[in-house]
Amino acid sequence: MTAAIAVDRLGVIFDRFHALKGVSLDVQPGESFGLVGESGSGKSTLLRAIAGLAPVASGSITVNGKKLGTRREKAFYREVQMVFQDPYGSLHPRQTVDRLLQEPLAIHGFADGEKRIQRALDEVGLGNGFRFRYSHQLSGGQRQRVAIARALILEPSILLLDEPTSALDASVQAEVLNLLEEVRRRRKLTFLMVSHDLAIITHMCGRLMVMQSGEAVENLSADDLVERRVTKDYTRNLLRASDGFVRA
Amino acid sequence: MSTLLDVEDLRVTFPTRTGLVEAVRGVTFSLGRERLGIVGESGSGKSQTGRAIMGLTPPQARISANKLAFDGIDLLSVSPRERRALRGKRIAMILQDPKYSLDPVMSIGRQIVETLRTHEKVGKAEARDRALAMLEAVQIRDPARVFDLHPHEVSGGMGQRAMIAMMLIAGPEMMIADEPTSALDVTVQLDVLGILDRLVSERGMGLIFISHDLRLVSSFCDRVIVMYAGKVVEQLKASELGRAQHPYTRGLLNCMPKIGADRHPLPVLDRKPEWAA
Repeated sequence: MTAAIAVDRLGVIFDRFHALKGVSLDVQPGESFGLVGESGSGKSTLLRAIAGLAPVASGSITVNGKKLGTRREKAFYREVQMVFQDPYGSLHPRQTVDRLLQEPLAIHGFADGEKRIQRALDEVGLGNGFRFRYSHQLSGGQRQRVAIARALILEPSILLLDEPTSALDASVQAEVLNLLEEVRRRRKLTFLMVSHDLAIITHMCGRLMVMQSGEAVENLSADDLVERRVTKDYTRNLLRASDGFVRA
Repeated sequence: MSTLLDVEDLRVTFPTRTGLVEAVRGVTFSLGRERLGIVGESGSGKSQTGRAIMGLTPPQARISANKLAFDGIDLLSVSPRERRALRGKRIAMILQDPKYSLDPVMSIGRQIVETLRTHEKVGKAEARDRALAMLEAVQIRDPARVFDLHPHEVSGGMGQRAMIAMMLIAGPEMMIADEPTSALDVTVQLDVLGILDRLVSERGMGLIFISHDLRLVSSFCDRVIVMYAGKVVEQLKASELGRAQHPYTRGLLNCMPKIGADRHPLPVLDRKPEWAA
């Protein structure tokens, strides 16, 4: 079976800074894969490199068996869509939800826009009442739902999720995580998800990779993490930190 | 236990185009020399409560309270001048993100010295020595180097330590920490909390720790106040969080994913209008 995403010894360099130093990764179709690490570990850079948003210096990225060049083709974006961390920054402030959702459809020449927009909004639990609102008239959770609808409207097979809930309140986070799980199940999507929160990754993903300063530290299954079968001190520290504060 | 701060029926009201909005609606609590956590989601009024105590509420807002007293001083009737003398000297505040709350064009050392010399009559050399000692107390390894750095040259964790140093140098009796660690990585978060914990207990300060993270607060504080829609819905000991009564507190605890708990889908909060009543 060909992997949905195969990354081979990927290097990303910003000016002289090596953000990724030869990272390899395989994600099977229908799998949900997590990337964890602290800020600066390169987890978001890896995601952005796959989406074509970071300067790849070496190595290769293969999506659904097709090797990617430096320029992404239009067809690539029908397969791969991304949801960003900050719902306040990732929606156009002067476009209505309707206009936002029309954009990808216009780019890819879909004719049945009307129907698709309605369906996409229903799918993320927003309904038609939200269609002609601007993003400042929505709450953080509603905006993230719009961002998810925008990603789903082209019916991609792969979603790249960059900390999709870290800007949201805990109760809203639960709703958005449930929504993501539901659409993944219904559409048999492949997820590649970045988070700094180990609990979210074990909840959402089957396998994960721990990263530190541009390199992979270790690959684990979610069960390994639950049973604390980790081999590296770095991962152990992360696990301990996620238990909360312990008075010395 | 001596009471440091007494808050009774605190209300903060903002005028808007559509009428008055009450951000804080009748909050009552008292603080001794202990760690008190205030937890709530965005819009619950937790930060506005902290700001009202500190005297940082925007000028257009109205504050009212039956009692808002720090160590017997009525904070509502105190003159701006006296208020300034309190602020920084006896009451200090740590903010969320050192990137935005430190002066970007002033070296870290100068900012700490400025705080000290505003509140105490000390010579330049002594001020510098005390600033360096304070930087060391917040576990900055090379204080002399960091003293001369500007905020953009240090990491988030280091910046937050510098801010703690700046707030502690005048020896305050009460500290308000508004989401002091939410901008930091989890491992750095624990280091900063450890420093805060040690300094607070060594100096016998009262600490108000404002956060959205119920689990973190319960592992750090002695007592927790849970706020919802501008009101206190529950007050309890941190150790008894597992026995919380209010459905909001329980829902908030429940809806977070936990390592090892296999719950699909996650339970979500079913907000009841009577919680806000």
